[in-house]
Amino acid sequence: MKDVYKIREDFPILSKKINGSDLVYFDNAATSQTPTHVIQKIVEYYENHNSNIHRGLHSLSADATNQYESSRKKIQNHFGIKNDYEVIFTSGTTHGINIVSSGLESQIGSSDELIVSEMEHHSNIVPWQILCEKTGAKLRVIPMKDNGSIDIEAFKKMLNNNVKFVFVNHVSNSLGTINPIKEIIDLSHKNKTKVLIDGAQGAAHFKINLSEIDVDYYVASAHKLCGPTGVGFLYGKSELLEELPPYQGGGEMISSVTFEKTEYADLPHKFEAGTPNISGVIGFGAAIDYMNNIGFDNIEAHEQELLKYATDRLNKTPGIKIYGDQVNKISVISFNLSNHHPSDIGSILDQFGIAVRTGQHCTQPIMDYYKIPGTVRVSLSFYNTKSEIDLLIDALEKASTMLG
Amino acid sequence: MNVGSIQSIQQEIVNEFDFFDDWSEKYQYLIDLGKNLPDFNQINRVEENLVKGCQSNVWLHAEIIDDKIIYTADSDAIISKGIISILISVFSGQKPEDIINAKMDFIDKIGLSNHLSQTRANGLLAMVKQIKIYAVAYNSKK
Repeated sequence: MKDVYKIREDFPILSKKINGSDLVYFDNAATSQTPTHVIQKIVEYYENHNSNIHRGLHSLSADATNQYESSRKKIQNHFGIKNDYEVIFTSGTTHGINIVSSGLESQIGSSDELIVSEMEHHSNIVPWQILCEKTGAKLRVIPMKDNGSIDIEAFKKMLNNNVKFVFVNHVSNSLGTINPIKEIIDLSHKNKTKVLIDGAQGAAHFKINLSEIDVDYYVASAHKLCGPTGVGFLYGKSELLEELPPYQGGGEMISSVTFEKTEYADLPHKFEAGTPNISGVIGFGAAIDYMNNIGFDNIEAHEQELLKYATDRLNKTPGIKIYGDQVNKISVISFNLSNHHPSDIGSILDQFGIAVRTGQHCTQPIMDYYKIPGTVRVSLSFYNTKSEIDLLIDALEKASTMLG
Repeated sequence: MNVGSIQSIQQEIVNEFDFFDDWSEKYQYLIDLGKNLPDFNQINRVEENLVKGCQSNVWLHAEIIDDKIIYTADSDAIISKGIISILISVFSGQKPEDIINAKMDFIDKIGLSNHLSQTRANGLLAMVKQIKIYAVAYNSKK
């Protein structure tokens, strides 16, 4: 990989001071930082191409449409998707999940079963609970194990003829666990069960080919992989997306005058009603380019090195307990320091300029499993350094002294 | 219980914080206050007493004794306990109407707001709001 300190120069925010100290940004699992390359693409769009897409005949509109559609191609290529119209732009992972969950209402009945895992983000639990409330279907939960992994043997026993869908994340946002999604997909398909993978946490850390893993639906957000906030995509196999009714409006919309535009009926436009986040989509494409330029193999290698270093140093720090560190995982570490509340640790770390996430990370079931109020979560990115980890350890030791 | 006026207590707190040179001393003071917060009756550790809007659990209980409101509180996080401890020292033992009319600028004067994240600042506001809601409720019962 290009020298990490050279890479850091691509991110203006990383030279910022927080409370008098150099910013140490360890909250990448919530939002990754944005490189100049992406920021400039967004600025350039507003300075040179700003107009509405797919509608105007004028040159600006054509420019904007080309850039928007070229982002779709970039995502199609990057994620190994067969057809570009299977890429639906969304406002993010949550939006993508809701398109599917509300669309499935007409396809799910009261005898059906839906499966989620115990380590899902709330956004991959609540939409399915709503779907179950509306349809009478049953929501079942794959248990997790102490080491922070999915209990795959338990999952095998849960599959029966009534199970219509399985919803699991590729990577746990609170623990960093990489789940065996290929195995889950294959087992499900043998059972004639469809699978949606929440890729929010996986997509930023390694390359994934959606055609190869044969997933039915996949969702991700741009802001986790150096793109802007408020944009993401939903992938669905075209035959499934064709069956899914539009998210906004629903059946009644067919009689309204706005439905005269036939393109709404075609993929992907059927799910992209209204003016989309054009600059966001263009920024998303630029982010994919940027990360591929750094190289996902390089990203993975550097992050795994940081993960090992941080885990070793934390394990040697008195009072630290890490949750779920015995598994194949990305560079996310969830821990507590003695009996101190994670919010106390987070507040003190912030005074040292260190940004971490504290709390339940929208995964209350995981916290209930470990019987803790929450954790301190450090999520490392390819632009983080070992010396930043040293600063974290120093700050944790000081926090420990302060809290007594 | 005899306590000074809300304004005089607030001034004492402002003077106290003036002694501190940097954030770590302020935080250390809050942590120590949190540790010394009187024990909270566990019967009151219930849902109705939870202050909504805090990242950690904060319980605030109020009762009226001789026309004055006695506040007690607890939290599972020590810095939150320190913050609520300051609020209790200002408002507990005061009359409902004085609590309702109290100015809150001492929070800015102690410079704590600058050292609280937005999440925590919101939590502090939620605590103040809850203290005032109790006062309004007791005042209307009179």
